Amino acid sequence: MEPAVKEHVQKEIDRLANKEVFIHLETTNGAYASHFDESFFSSGAYIRNAKLVYEHGKITGKGPYRVGLKMNFGWVYAEGITHFEVDEEDRLLLAGHDFSGKLAVALQISETPFE
Amino acid sequence: MEKERHVLVIFPHPDDEAFGVSGTISLHIDNGTPVTYACLTLGEMGRNMGNPPFATRETLPKIRKEELEEAARVLGIQDLRMLGFRDKTVEFEDEEKLANRLGVIIGETNPSLIITFYPGYAVHPDHDATGAAVIRAVKELPADKRPKVHCVAFSNNCEEEIGQADVVNDVSAVADRKIAAIKAHASQTQLMAANMEESIKKQEPEVLARMYKERFWTYNF
Repeated sequence: MEPAVKEHVQKEIDRLANKEVFIHLETTNGAYASHFDESFFSSGAYIRNAKLVYEHGKITGKGPYRVGLKMNFGWVYAEGITHFEVDEEDRLLLAGHDFSGKLAVALQISETPFE
Repeated sequence: MEKERHVLVIFPHPDDEAFGVSGTISLHIDNGTPVTYACLTLGEMGRNMGNPPFATRETLPKIRKEELEEAARVLGIQDLRMLGFRDKTVEFEDEEKLANRLGVIIGETNPSLIITFYPGYAVHPDHDATGAAVIRAVKELPADKRPKVHCVAFSNNCEEEIGQADVVNDVSAVADRKIAAIKAHASQTQLMAANMEESIKKQEPEVLARMYKERFWTYNF
């Protein structure tokens, strides 16, 4: 992955707007967070292959970035995006890696279901 | 260490075998005992992507599959089985079906020893669910046909509740292979492996103890 370039990511978000897409959205602090620090409240969520259409989307902030996708009936939101990649299947992969390089958040948009 | 007929290792993630068990696996293989490693998932949801990140959420399974195969090669495991479950979802599988699936592998390999996680004391929900499914599958067997089950436990409360490990294997003789197995999981262990080698050079007692002594709790059915 490369450090996120706002203009490039925005172009990709625009390319995938107004068509049926599959979304992978995830936040994670890892399964061991409360094991290493019992005062840490562990939480996380992911949804893989949610099928939706967004009418427009935006990447904002000075980095780490925020991304919001506006749908007819709601929103998709991710915060802490640091890296991006358009892979060989033309999928937009956005990820946020924490200060030690571990994945903390992911938002991925594809025209075909993720495996 | 007792000579076994066949050892069956059952863990949910590539690299679960590396830290706590790879020395013991090496000793069994040196003993001429065949080892089967059944790994439920490909660690698809791992957080380590390399720094700077060389893996993505989508390439990680493929990378970790190759790392797992490399670790098996380093250790001399001939029979590596990837069961196709998905990371972080093992606890949500149908428990009976999962136990049956493992039961088939147990039946086929007929191990004298199974190594898995101690259900309830292994921190990650996939670890606990895998251990529970193994115990359930072994319980299905008549008592005199059951293999021994050695469990790995490391939750903060484990010694308080289940006491001290009753099996402690000194694996210092195969430490090189253990380190190689850990390093094979490069995407996950890159940073850690470097620190570890440094600590071993400095002979830090805590690290050496963790590295050279592999601890197991025999499951009491």
